[in-house]
Amino acid sequence: MIDKLGLYLQYPFVRYALIVGVLIALCSSLLGVTLVLKRFSFIGDGLSHVAFGAMAIASVFNLTNEMLIVLPVTVISAVLLLRTGQNAKIKGDAAIAMISVGALAFGYLLMNVFSTSSNLSGDVCSTLFGSTSILTLTGREVWLCVALSVAVVIIFIFFYNKIFAVTFDEAFARAVGTKAEAYNLLIAVVTAVIIVIAMNLVGSLLISALVIFPALSAMRIFRSFKSVTVCSAVLSVVCAFLGMIISILAGTPVGSTIVAVDVAAFIIFYVTGMVKGGIQK
Amino acid sequence: MSLLEVRELALGYESHKITENISFTVNSGDYLCIVGENGSGKSTLMKTLLGLQEAISGSIETGDGLKRSEIGYLPQQTVVQKDFPASVREIVLSGCQARSGLRPFYSSGEKALAAENMERMGITKLARRCYRELSGGQQQRVLLARALCATRRLLLLDEPVSGLDPVVTAEMYGLISELNASGITIIMISHDIAAALRYASHILHIGSSIFFGTKDEYLASGAGKAFLMQQEGGSGK
Ligand SMILES: Nc1ncnc2c1ncn2[C@@H]1O[C@H](COP(=O)(O)OP(=O)(O)OP(=O)(O)O)[C@@H](O)[C@H]1O
Ligand SMILES: [Mg+2]
Repeated sequence: MIDKLGLYLQYPFVRYALIVGVLIALCSSLLGVTLVLKRFSFIGDGLSHVAFGAMAIASVFNLTNEMLIVLPVTVISAVLLLRTGQNAKIKGDAAIAMISVGALAFGYLLMNVFSTSSNLSGDVCSTLFGSTSILTLTGREVWLCVALSVAVVIIFIFFYNKIFAVTFDEAFARAVGTKAEAYNLLIAVVTAVIIVIAMNLVGSLLISALVIFPALSAMRIFRSFKSVTVCSAVLSVVCAFLGMIISILAGTPVGSTIVAVDVAAFIIFYVTGMVKGGIQK
Repeated sequence: MSLLEVRELALGYESHKITENISFTVNSGDYLCIVGENGSGKSTLMKTLLGLQEAISGSIETGDGLKRSEIGYLPQQTVVQKDFPASVREIVLSGCQARSGLRPFYSSGEKALAAENMERMGITKLARRCYRELSGGQQQRVLLARALCATRRLLLLDEPVSGLDPVVTAEMYGLISELNASGITIIMISHDIAAALRYASHILHIGSSIFFGTKDEYLASGAGKAFLMQQEGGSGK
């Protein structure tokens, strides 16, 4: 088995996939804690569907670099979603559901009507579940992913304390002069970026899992924001790595294998949390 | 120029008026106590002063170069989700946030300030505990410590002693007047009229009648007498 792994690791595309996968897992877990606590879990879901729709448009126009259209569209939607969440003419969750389902349907429709590909359902399936795309990354895409991931990590570390303040008690933060709107915007934009890069790894349907599972798992056991953040980052990276190795060795789809490992980790953390809580009481 | 000048303010939620014609001024070093019945709009006034919500009409002007980042605030209620992971220390430190500006990390001075305020509130031992697992009174102390970290010139307190035991309540009042003596302006909402009259320099009464003036003027006024009678009638069983 080790031999087989070694053999695979000789291929650059496998190494690319591992690097990108680990980075994506790291980024998505960082903001996960905030998104879960702000009750924004579904924004991730909604945005990933928007990204799917944008992807469909890109493929209809035969754009070579899909990111050019997917990234801006997703970022703009993130900003708009956050706005509606605040103004609440249409309630936040309803707005998200509307946009997400609408984009999904529209994207599929576009692909169906205009697609020239012979394997349409295969294309759709891989966009939704990210089945193979991670293994077909070009060097340029890898670099883009790396650059965006590094940017996300730096932004997160730089604004970590602000993000905590705005997440914990937005009214207090605003009262003492923190620009809460600006940071909410930042969170939305970074979320959008993460989702666009994570689509390569797990596809648009499974991204939410990558964002929320590590955070939820860490919250079972840890009790401070910092420890939860660190734990969910580590956990996410470990799960993504394991998931990718398993999928290479067993030939399973990458995205769903990673998510399955995340779910398994959640169950372990959940039980551990219960046992620990039981002992403390 | 005074620190805060409020003129003809009308308060409410989405054009539903709660109270109107509120005018008062706060000068540097004042200790203003806001009193009034439940639901009269005290917390709403405080939120409006902080810019957390819009006034229906009227003006709020700040003077003396007061900056938002020099204000500390203790909300009446902080709705924290049940599963929020946050340690006491993290929360108290977040009070230093406004003063740290764009700097990404807290300086050692800010950490020392947080430690000092935790010591003051007697929660040093709880520093590593999770906020949501504390009792109501302990949580109140944590939020007070956070407010103290944020305060440099003005401290707004919405019922700071609710949920505190008598010993800590007395300490709290002592601490607030110490802060006041050191030059920090205090605006406090309280139902404890006796304490208000003991410590405050000015009283703002809102409700069916609005009164603003110094403590002595309040005692002599109709509103003050009526409210005092009512309070004594309520507590003098
Ligand atoms: N978010 C809100 N939306 C609409 N109305 C509100 C809201 N919050 C408070 N109110 C109403 O505004 C009025 C004043 O509320 P406020 O909280 O300012 O009272 P208060 O003087 O602080 O009372 P208490 O002594 O109980 O703290 C109440 O009648 C209340 O029902
Ligand atoms: Mg109130």
